Amino acid sequence: MPFIPHTEADVAEMLAAIGAGSIDALFDEIPAALRIQSLAGIPDALTEMQVGRLMQSRAQRDGRPLNFIGAGAYEHHIPAAVWAIVSRGEFYSAYTPYQAEASQGTLQLLYEYQTMMASLTGMQVSNASLYDGASALAEACLMAVRAHRKSKAARILVPAAVNPIYLEVARAIAEGQNLKFDIVPFAMGEGEPGKGTTRPSSLEQYRGQDITAVVVQQPNFFGLLEDVDAITDWAHSNNALAIAVVNPLSLSILKPPGEWGAKGVDIVVGDGQPLGVPMSSGGPYFGFMTTRMEHVRQMPGRIIGRTLDLDGKPGFTLTLQAREQHIRRSKATSNICTNQGLLVTAATIHMSLLGSAGLENVAAASQQQTRKLVEALTRIKGVKLAFSGPRFHEAVLQLDRNVAGVIEALAKRNVIGGFDLTPRYPELGNALLVCATEMRTDEDIAIYAAALVEALAEVKS
Amino acid sequence: MSEPLIFTHSRPGRSAIGQYPEAVAADVPEHLRRRKRAALPEVSELQAVRHFTRLSQLNFSIDTHFYPLGSCTMKYNPRACNAFAMLPEFLGRHPYGPASAGQGFLECMYELQEMLKEVTGMKGVSLTPMAGAQGEFAGVAMIRAYHKARNDLARTEIIVPDAAHGTNPATATMCGCTVVEIPSLANGDIDVDALKQAVGPKTAGIMLTNPSTLGVFERRIKEVAQIVHEAGGLLYYDGANLNAILGKVRPGDMGFDVIHMNLHKTFSTPHGGGGPGSGAVGVGQRLLPFMPIPLVGKENGPGTESVFRWLDERDLPQSIGRLSAFMGNAGVLLRAYVYMRMLGRHGMHRVAEFAALNANYMLAKLKKAGFDAAYPERRASHEFIITLKRQARDLGVNAMDFAKRLLDYGFHAPTTYFPLLVPECLLIEPTETETKQDLDAFVDALVAVQAEAEQDAAKVKGAPYTLPVRRLDDVRAAKQLDLTYQP
Amino acid sequence: MSSIPSNLKFLDSHEWARLESDGTVTIGISDHAQNALGDLVFVEVPEVGKALTKGGAAAVVESVKAASDVYSPVSGEVIAANDALGSAPELVNTDPYGQGWLYKIKPANRGELEQLLTPSAYEKVLADEAH
Repeated sequence: MPFIPHTEADVAEMLAAIGAGSIDALFDEIPAALRIQSLAGIPDALTEMQVGRLMQSRAQRDGRPLNFIGAGAYEHHIPAAVWAIVSRGEFYSAYTPYQAEASQGTLQLLYEYQTMMASLTGMQVSNASLYDGASALAEACLMAVRAHRKSKAARILVPAAVNPIYLEVARAIAEGQNLKFDIVPFAMGEGEPGKGTTRPSSLEQYRGQDITAVVVQQPNFFGLLEDVDAITDWAHSNNALAIAVVNPLSLSILKPPGEWGAKGVDIVVGDGQPLGVPMSSGGPYFGFMTTRMEHVRQMPGRIIGRTLDLDGKPGFTLTLQAREQHIRRSKATSNICTNQGLLVTAATIHMSLLGSAGLENVAAASQQQTRKLVEALTRIKGVKLAFSGPRFHEAVLQLDRNVAGVIEALAKRNVIGGFDLTPRYPELGNALLVCATEMRTDEDIAIYAAALVEALAEVKS
Repeated sequence: MSEPLIFTHSRPGRSAIGQYPEAVAADVPEHLRRRKRAALPEVSELQAVRHFTRLSQLNFSIDTHFYPLGSCTMKYNPRACNAFAMLPEFLGRHPYGPASAGQGFLECMYELQEMLKEVTGMKGVSLTPMAGAQGEFAGVAMIRAYHKARNDLARTEIIVPDAAHGTNPATATMCGCTVVEIPSLANGDIDVDALKQAVGPKTAGIMLTNPSTLGVFERRIKEVAQIVHEAGGLLYYDGANLNAILGKVRPGDMGFDVIHMNLHKTFSTPHGGGGPGSGAVGVGQRLLPFMPIPLVGKENGPGTESVFRWLDERDLPQSIGRLSAFMGNAGVLLRAYVYMRMLGRHGMHRVAEFAALNANYMLAKLKKAGFDAAYPERRASHEFIITLKRQARDLGVNAMDFAKRLLDYGFHAPTTYFPLLVPECLLIEPTETETKQDLDAFVDALVAVQAEAEQDAAKVKGAPYTLPVRRLDDVRAAKQLDLTYQP
Repeated sequence: MSSIPSNLKFLDSHEWARLESDGTVTIGISDHAQNALGDLVFVEVPEVGKALTKGGAAAVVESVKAASDVYSPVSGEVIAANDALGSAPELVNTDPYGQGWLYKIKPANRGELEQLLTPSAYEKVLADEAH
């Protein structure tokens, strides 16, 4: 039996010290009628060797197909040093830094992270993470309602070009507190400038109404670049806060939200996964949030501050804890307790290894590989580019046949082709969201193109 | 023993960008281009490695120190869990990839759902909540959805014992409910008479931890369940203390309608310096339709094979929805799966047995050494509370002072000042993975600090002395906010 | 604990109210309250012009240990808030009945002042709580 170190002699001595006749007696306060004798549904224990074989065989069943999906989780190269350090027991098995003096490693790392994240997003202050990008958006909407003293409507404008699954999560989390979400359509007309993006003119129908906040995602879910200056200015001119949802890697080459419009946005959120976190079948990732100093007390999550110790030496500690659940309880800014500390550790090390220049190279290379992917695939009959405007590293392709079928046919050929947009965006027809990062070489792209030709032939039109 | 900020190691041009893709021009319209680089450090790989390695060495962790943090279950994180969860095929899989290309992963998730149902006695499990607090949110949201579906719209009150963890009332508020607090009795059980007064047609449900945050088993739990159910409310179980009863009692059998589990506590996934966790939820029959999506379902494939697929809003149209963009903290779930396979059926029983043995042994030794237990006539569950009220009053040395001095003795302090009900408390949870020798050493350290407190109170009050920093000024930290480095 | 000035009235949630000669009411928190909270790090005062009801949340006082709501002892319109607390929240600790005042209100209903606790009644509340 692994992990329990007691010998029979230990047990006897301990029971004697307690004055109990058996270990079973330690449970005598539990009513007998509730006690179970057996967990028949749990299989027998496996040794480490046996469970290793099992996991290897399951993993091999899934294999390593070529990945061309983005849609919020991106495959980038992670330098080996990142997880070598993250896996150190002192980071891996440490707890939340409640005893600050015994946690200066974690706390200083988080302070460095906060500094990098605030600067990357062009804002003044960052928290120490939320669960993921989607729940971070929910928290940002709730925070906007708290922070915006003059608005009573709790009404948030969300472009349809924002990640639709993020919106589903925001609804699931925030509608319990009576937030209302209004969807702003994206431009769809043939030949319309900015097709696939959110035209500022489509916000005009809300002019003069009590809107608490306007959300804008950059790049948007389709990979396209939005007119973020105009949208931010529109929000502020209509007395609403502006919430930005961003890809942190893209911020190495794109203007950060703190510089959007005349005043910059009010709250920035997103998912930090592109910074040193593997796709790992869906998580754990981490959500980031940055904001202006004036809103810092409304920001959920943990915050690390630098201060002095008794000897006047600088040190780091959790601060502004009075807003959090363990003190403020029912009036807390959020119920968040455990967050995503280990992943923030990875991201901080990743950002330190690459620096701004390294991130720029990765971002630009990803953009370039997606351009090559689009060129290669749109040469195939039955494949068209849906939106031709400026984009980051994703694109929407329109196919002349059922996308789900094509995706299955590609999977059989060891290619994970993209994200099927059809169910959530029926107005786009048979639409596929594809992504090529710096990890997709020209050879990979050629393999995809060849596989797609076969897949299209296989799927009925 | 300190390490400067990484920014001070930075020099322009030092980053090893030769490692990274060749520079190509980014294709971005002028007005959207970034002009000024972010304040990220420019350091060599060795500098970065050395910096973060040295930072790690400033931490206490389970791997380096005994860490008896009550309510946190700081048991050993088996390295095998990490190794197998990080097999390249699992790491390299995109969450939106087709199910046909993820059967290995999905099978692990399905079996984890089934095993968690078995240990909790519940009828359905969703793995999506990403931490205990999100699991609590899911639980309360499901309770609200249940009442709304039956048009029982007046039920907006959630009953919470005064000893509850802060996430409980915070969660109730996040779900648009109001909190009704009921008191605990001097012996640690909740006040059943107060409960009878508190329930009524506005009761949506009650949130309970059992064993409670006071470290004792709620002996009248069946009666509590009956009272709440008869009033039309549902029972929510906060599974933070599941380690105390794993394999001994099942929340489903106690009458709970929904439970959340903290996989990063009971199922030994790493605490990571503050996450990631996983707050899987289990439900009884009534709440099955409302579970957060996605779940993993199993169908018969060709021949004798099983085929696994995602269950989403089409399968659960009344679901409370998605709590994450993907399906929860997959890597954490894989670690929990490996852990449960290594424990197996008999291992599960032994977890609670030895957690209780260790806790009761420490309690007995500390009582014998003259410390005051908060509930001296009760058995410890997997944790127990010592109160230092007497020391605070007579010697002017409080729980915080004891905690800081324990750090000098090489132990991470227990949880202090929680639960709020017990003044000057230490909530101590050794877990089952610690040896008798380590427990004895901790007791000896507490005895030594007590002696110091009696002979030289100022010494204890000035602790810690041997750590990278002395006690930190948290008033200054909150008043003079320094939250980012400004060069 | 400093002695309680005799011209104040109290809520049992530790707020004090002082009727001024011009008919306005000044409000703050008691010495007992500031002592329990510890060093204040932040005070959120109500906006001038805001309408408050008796017993409603008016302000927030925050220390490292707690962030507590301050309830208004009387109803009325806020006519002034103590802006000095923005840079010096510790005034509430050092001079809770004087320079640590939180806000001034134009009372809607003078009768509400009569319903508040006298200093000796408040002292009794403190004595009972000490058990």
